[in-house]
Formats: sequence, structure tokens, C-alpha cells
Amino acid sequence: MSNAPSLIAIGNDSLREAFGKALSSLADEFPKVVVLDADLAGGTGVHHFRKSHPERLLQFGIAEQNMMAAAGGLAATGLIPVVTTFAVFCLRAIEQARLSLAYARRNAKIVASHPGLDVGPDGGSAQSLEDLAAFRAIPGMTVISPADPIEMAKATRAMLEFEGPVYMRTGRSPSRRVFADDHVFEIGKGRIVRDGSDLTIVACGVELARALDAAEELEKDNISARVVNMATIKPIDGALLARCAEETGAFVTAEDHNIYGGLGSAVAESLAGSHPCPIEFVGVKDVFGASGEPEELAELYGLTGPHIAKAARAVLARKTKAAA
Amino acid sequence: MVLNLRAINEDPARAKAQELAAELAAAAAFVRKHSIASIYHAGSGHPGGAMSSADLLACLYGAELNLWPDNIADPARDRFVLSKGHAAPALYAVGARYGFCDAKSALALRKLNSPFQGHPHVLDLPWVETSTGSLGQGISVAVGMAMGLKLQNIPARVYTLLGDGELQEGEVWEAAMCAAHHGLDNLCVLIDYNKLQSDNRNSEIMRLEPLAAKWRAFDWAIAEIDGHDIPEILSTLRRANVTQGRPSAIIAHTIKGKGVKYMENIPTWHGSVKFTRQQAEDALQSLGASRSEIKEMLDV
Repeated sequence: MSNAPSLIAIGNDSLREAFGKALSSLADEFPKVVVLDADLAGGTGVHHFRKSHPERLLQFGIAEQNMMAAAGGLAATGLIPVVTTFAVFCLRAIEQARLSLAYARRNAKIVASHPGLDVGPDGGSAQSLEDLAAFRAIPGMTVISPADPIEMAKATRAMLEFEGPVYMRTGRSPSRRVFADDHVFEIGKGRIVRDGSDLTIVACGVELARALDAAEELEKDNISARVVNMATIKPIDGALLARCAEETGAFVTAEDHNIYGGLGSAVAESLAGSHPCPIEFVGVKDVFGASGEPEELAELYGLTGPHIAKAARAVLARKTKAAA
Repeated sequence: MVLNLRAINEDPARAKAQELAAELAAAAAFVRKHSIASIYHAGSGHPGGAMSSADLLACLYGAELNLWPDNIADPARDRFVLSKGHAAPALYAVGARYGFCDAKSALALRKLNSPFQGHPHVLDLPWVETSTGSLGQGISVAVGMAMGLKLQNIPARVYTLLGDGELQEGEVWEAAMCAAHHGLDNLCVLIDYNKLQSDNRNSEIMRLEPLAAKWRAFDWAIAEIDGHDIPEILSTLRRANVTQGRPSAIIAHTIKGKGVKYMENIPTWHGSVKFTRQQAEDALQSLGASRSEIKEMLDV
């Protein structure tokens, strides 16, 4: 007998639930998919898959290192393993992901729920603020962080269609809907969600909705902010960033992650070579998180719309100074 | 009834078995000699574990595995994973012996642009099945393969060779619990129990005993054998094919550096070492190589 899904997850549109539902509905179309669970199916959203396709849900117990490397073996027999656990436990098994998945170039997927301060009350130990940086540093690893339930469903399909190792973040808390049903998701492509000309805010995951809040606030001050959804952190969409640099000349990045090594770093690395311009980084400033509701934590650690707007004003001041 | 010894000795099946054992002994000798030569040319590498595992590898590739150079892409082939990836020279040598790679090319161990890396890499050499070198991962990959084969109703078997020091990795015991829970009777673990690890004896670094009891407690089918006795290795591998619902582990007692007199049971020869010409010659001589064979292997 299996436990009921996490009560918190029921009845809302969290990214993990959106992922779990999408995975379950795609299962018949992708018969090679098997889902690996380390006793967290209720929390990662894969309880939907467990219910619809119990024979393809492989239980590994609370042993993430073995699960991650075993995914390499499953992939070697032609199956498409989807490893599911919390983002912090992906970090625990990152060396297995490196050697047995990425180095061996396996067609395996890692789907990490509970990333960032979005984890909320479980506190600092559970809030992974390092995973984007760590997985981005593995050669050949594609890294995705969709922004809302619609995009999560589309990204789940894209991930299964994609050949090669992928790390994808979902999310624990209720997620604000940003996209319409006809939203198009493509791995490696950023999208302009709201146009603007004074600066570009590049965001991923739960920060996209907050970036849109910031753009709204800035508009009242006659600042025209472009908002880009950069759901693929690796490979980063360098062409779009270059275009935004030419058209707006300044950037703010926003992510529920350490400011070191994640989306902001990827954007800066991409621009530094060809289009150097002022950038401000919104993220967790190299500290650990703590218990609290996600919105309270976002306020405390500086991740909300107003914080992004403040960073936008700062970067505009630098842009103006540079032009003078 | 009196045993007719003459009839037993003239039994064609027995003659066949003796012939096979002789071939496998020759293969194991080749594995040892080739490993010494490749490590000599590389200027680094781990000879001790290559010597201790040579007989096990020869038996697997020469007699047990349904794996041939022409079926390495067949989904129904048996798989072998070298979990103790630092014994790569021995794997390359046994591969060369049985036609998976070229013996002379494999002497380019650890060299720039050579597919024979210090530890096996599946993108360089598809027949090594997966990339290893970080201890504890190979057994998990083998568990995944065994699960994948069962899920797809493919009757192939998966073998993996672990070092004894490797058993100190927690992941090995995660994998052991998992394989038993899922009833992976198509999985066979071989343990090269040479009692030595990088820095010292296992018993000094981190005690493994009671080792058989540990695996038994994890509900595996267990055999303890002499890892240099070819008929015993073969008969144990056969028995491991029929464990009915349980994975099997063969604890093979071996001698680190086996066959090279100055190396046997000395921990120094575990780690990556640089052979002098004299040491390489002495080792090959100790392994029964002729003068011309030594010259041929060392002067390429």
C-alpha cells in the first residue's frame, strides 16, 4: 500500500504536481519511460504516474546514490529513466549523475522538486540554492527550470523527446500561472514574455512571475522593462541575450538560487564575450535559507518583484553613467 | 560399485573441461603479462588488482559471458561491468585476448588520444558497457541493467567485479539492498577479495569481516571460492545462474599481485606505480614470459 500524496500538493498548481500529471499523461506515448523514486512519490508529483502506471514506477528506497547510478544502467538497456527526488538529494548523488549519466552520455532525466527558498517551512537544510550551478558545471548536462504549470507540462514532453541527460527543476509551492495553453516551450530557447526597451529582466522558475510584477511596477515610473523567460539555463540562449543587449543595454537576472553559478552567472558569461553591459543579480546572496513561508522568505532574502524593480533602477543608473 | 578411473579419465567431457581450463589459464597469464606491459608503457597504473582479478576475468570472458565481438550491440547479450575501474588494464587485456580490441593498440594505456583511458569509458570503448572509476557506482549501474533487462523480459545476465576496498562505499550496500528487494537473480557480483587496498590491509583501513555474513544478511546467494582456481570459478559461475529470485555474490579470495613474486601481498603495488624497465622485465619473467616475448611486449 502506498501513502497518500502530500496533502500540501493537493488542489493547487504547484510545478511538481504539473510535472507529475504531465508525466502520467505522456506515459503511454513514451513506453520506454520508467520513473525512479526514492520514497518521495507523494512529494515529487510522481504519485500520479504511480497510480496510472504502477509497473513502471521503480522504488529505490531512501538511497539516492544507487538510484542515480542505476538510472545509467536502465538507460543502457534502452529505457528512458526519469530520476525523481528533491533537489538537495540530487546534489547528494551528483557524482553518480556526473559519471554514470553525463560522462556515459545516457538518455536519462533528473527531475528535482523542492528547489530554492520556494521549499518554505522545511528550512535551510532542504532548500537547494546550489543545484543549477552544480549541474550546469557538468559537461553535456542540459539544465531546465520552467516557470509555471503550463510550461512545466510542455517542458516535460520536450525533456522526454530530447536525447541526452537533462536536469529539470520543478517546485514545491503553489505556482502563479503566467502562460496561456498555447505556450511554446523549446529546450535552449529563451522567450520575451513582455517587451520593453530600457533594460531586460531575465528570470527562470518562480522568479518569472515576480519579474513581471517588477516590470509592472517600473512601468508606473515610465521605465520600460523587457522580461525574458530563460527556462533553459544550459545551453543558454546566447543569441537572444545578444539581441536584448543591443536593444536594451542593461540586464537584471532573477532566480531562486544562489547568485553564484546559476542563471545570473550563465547570462553574464554569455554577454561578457560579445556584449558586455551592466548586469544586476537578484538571487540569494551566498547564504543558506531558513524556515518560513515562501513569500516571507522571498521578502527576507530579496527575491520579490519590488527587489527586482530596485535592481532594475540600479542597473539603469549604471547604464546611464556608462553612456555619459 | 568400483569407480572406473580409466573411464573417467577418458571421458570426452572431462577432456573438454581440461582443455577449457588450460585455455583460461593461458588467457589469465596473457591478461597479467599484457597488464604489466601496458602499465610499464603508460608510466603509471594499478598492477596489483589487475593481477588478482585476471583469473576471474578470463573465466568470465572466456567461458561464461554470452558476449562476443559481434554481439556487443545485441540487447540480449550478457553484460559485464568493471566496478573496480582501476583494474582497467586487465579488462583491456582480456578484451584483447577475446577479440574486443587489438592487443597492440591496448598497450597505449593512459596515453593521449588513446581510447584505453586510465579507467574504462564507454564512449571510447562500447564493449566496456559503462564508464567506471569512481568506486561503488559500477554495482549500481549493473543493478539498473539487471532491472532494465527484467522489465523488458530479456533473459540476459549482468556480471560486475568489485574490489574489496570498494565495499567500504555506502552505495555498494544501497545497491545490495536494492538488488535483493527487486529479486535480481540475473545479477552476479564478483568480489576480488585480495585483502589489500590503496594504503594498507583492509583490516587496518576499515574492516570488512565478517564479509560473507554481511552479504547473506542482505539476502544474497553467496559462494566463497579461491579466485585463482579456474575449475572452481567456472563451477561457481554456473551455480550462480540458478539462484531463483536472489542475486548472487561470489567472494573470490585472491592474492594481490598474483603471479609476480616481488608484488604478491605488498600494498605498494596497488596504487598507481611507475615500473622501471628492470621491474617490468622481472614481473614478466615471473609470469613465465619468454625472453623474446618480453622484448616484443616492452620494445614497441
